[in-house]
Amino acid sequence: MNWLTSYVRPKISALVNRKDMPDNLWQKCGSCSQMIYQKELELNLNVCPHCDHHLRMPITARLEMLFDGGEYQCIELPQPAVDPLKFKDKKKYTDRLKEYQAKTSEKDAIKVAHGKIDGRMVVVAAFNFAFMGGSMGMAVGEGILAAAKLAVVQEAPLVTIPASGGARMQEGILSLMQMPRSIIAVDLVREAGLPYIVILTDPTTGGVTASFAMLGDIALAEPGAIIGFAGARVIKETIREELPEGFQRSEYLWDHGMVDMVVPRKQLKKKLGDLLDLLMSKKPKASVLQLADKSEPAELPPITKA
Amino acid sequence: MSSLHILDFERPVVELESKIHELRRLSDSEDFNIADEVTKLQAKIDKQLKSAYTNLTAWQKTQIARHPDRPHSQDFINGLIDDFMPLAGDRAYAEDHALVGGIGRFRGQSVIAMGQEKGRDMASRMKHNFGMTRPEGYRKAIRLMEMADRFGLPVLTFVDTAGAYPGVGAEERGQAEAIARSIQTCLNLQVPMISTVIGEGGSGGAIAIAAANHVVMLEHAVYSVISPEGCASILWRDGEYNVDAANALKITAQDLQSLKVIDDIVEEPLGGAHRHPTQTIAALGDTIEKSLISLSGLGKTELKAHRREKFSAMGQEGLVG
Ligand SMILES: [Zn+2]
Repeated sequence: MNWLTSYVRPKISALVNRKDMPDNLWQKCGSCSQMIYQKELELNLNVCPHCDHHLRMPITARLEMLFDGGEYQCIELPQPAVDPLKFKDKKKYTDRLKEYQAKTSEKDAIKVAHGKIDGRMVVVAAFNFAFMGGSMGMAVGEGILAAAKLAVVQEAPLVTIPASGGARMQEGILSLMQMPRSIIAVDLVREAGLPYIVILTDPTTGGVTASFAMLGDIALAEPGAIIGFAGARVIKETIREELPEGFQRSEYLWDHGMVDMVVPRKQLKKKLGDLLDLLMSKKPKASVLQLADKSEPAELPPITKA
Repeated sequence: MSSLHILDFERPVVELESKIHELRRLSDSEDFNIADEVTKLQAKIDKQLKSAYTNLTAWQKTQIARHPDRPHSQDFINGLIDDFMPLAGDRAYAEDHALVGGIGRFRGQSVIAMGQEKGRDMASRMKHNFGMTRPEGYRKAIRLMEMADRFGLPVLTFVDTAGAYPGVGAEERGQAEAIARSIQTCLNLQVPMISTVIGEGGSGGAIAIAAANHVVMLEHAVYSVISPEGCASILWRDGEYNVDAANALKITAQDLQSLKVIDDIVEEPLGGAHRHPTQTIAALGDTIEKSLISLSGLGKTELKAHRREKFSAMGQEGLVG
């Protein structure tokens, strides 16, 4: 029995047995085009059972997957300024916000959760791609900053999980200013000597990539995720050439030295736990303490002069 | 001033100017006094310019900000930095001419100065990649800023870019990481940093060198998370809505000052910086000098704390709008 069978499966079956199951019981895999039974997909952490393609994962399922026993607490985020630009395209920004708030039952595109991973307190700031494409505006910046401050107070590592199309255009320059703001958050954690780990998921692009998301002490990426600064279409229009095979995918970034590891979703929790253990529990555990046994000081070899 | 680049709302002015030109030419060959006539025409020109330039839309300002005759970063460096020595390269891959920088003296004080350079003619525009920086440019910026930090030199940056370069190589070499690291370097400097948006402040490519203690904009410069054209094509699904997008995005110096994103606006002479580059450059120099003096009371850690406080407040309830 591992964490997957013991914790996640019961959680997920509780989830899928609910009466409010959507009518749409089948989903088509974006990669192999096979139809997947929704229940099976959820049990498989939104990874296609036929081809291993990693589909996007709902934010709550992702948090449940990462935290021990699927248990975590979300913190209430301070309310940032709402629509100071009074932005309106074909629709008012405030109306758009309300729509997404109704659709997702969330206030904005970020959740800050804390709980235990491998028995260790960890703060996670995760993006909700379903909320306006996970775009980063003031509320998201506020979330990242709050997550960093919480990590510092709890002396816990910070993990961010971006899933974002980039800046929240409707907040104009103030969305751009979340780039430095989120980097300040990273620096707070760094200055406290705490690890900051990023899990890059599909997609991580634009101003999100060009700020906190590329500054992890360690960067993990999910297989096949789109990660980049400029959009593929814009690049194609600029250079008027075909883009290379696999361009801006996790594996391509790994090849170019931009991420440390490409980690299949089923291994994420373990990898994350192991990394945090290595970074946070630097001394050997009691059972293997012989190394540092003080009763028998290891004798240093005499220094020989040449 | 004669230019091949005439904006629509400048046309009446250009017509009057060509009349003056014609009068001068006639007065050279035939002996009659044109002084009165020229004075009258000049007054008309001033009136025209005033009316055109007092009510510029955000889209018109975007056009002025992109005007090819506007003074560019290299012009500000030439005009404001004495004994300037250009420094080159990121020590890892290449020298990126899209971002020019070096060391010199600003009104006597040693400084590091840098900015995106768009280039003037076709050849120099190609050389400077139209001011669109690649990762090497940001890594050079980081290198220069870190050097400034070690030697206690103030950092002056001039922002003028449509954005970071969207290319395959740029992505492969970590455009996003380079921008992120450059912003991080700005934020952690323990020397005064003053950034000025002199033309176009294009998104991540701009903020990469503009997380400064004081952020200044020229009167007709623009600064935005996305170009009006890009925004129009995404949100309106139609590039024809540039004007609406420019308005909605609040990209003018005046809007950004009221949103407390920038600290100061440098007035441009009537008719814009492209008509009077020398005056504009001098005016910005005065503002930078004032800024440096106002920051001179802050110690190393205070300078960093000042920047951190300023940028972490952007978006907090009650501090915006
Ligand atoms: Zn599949």
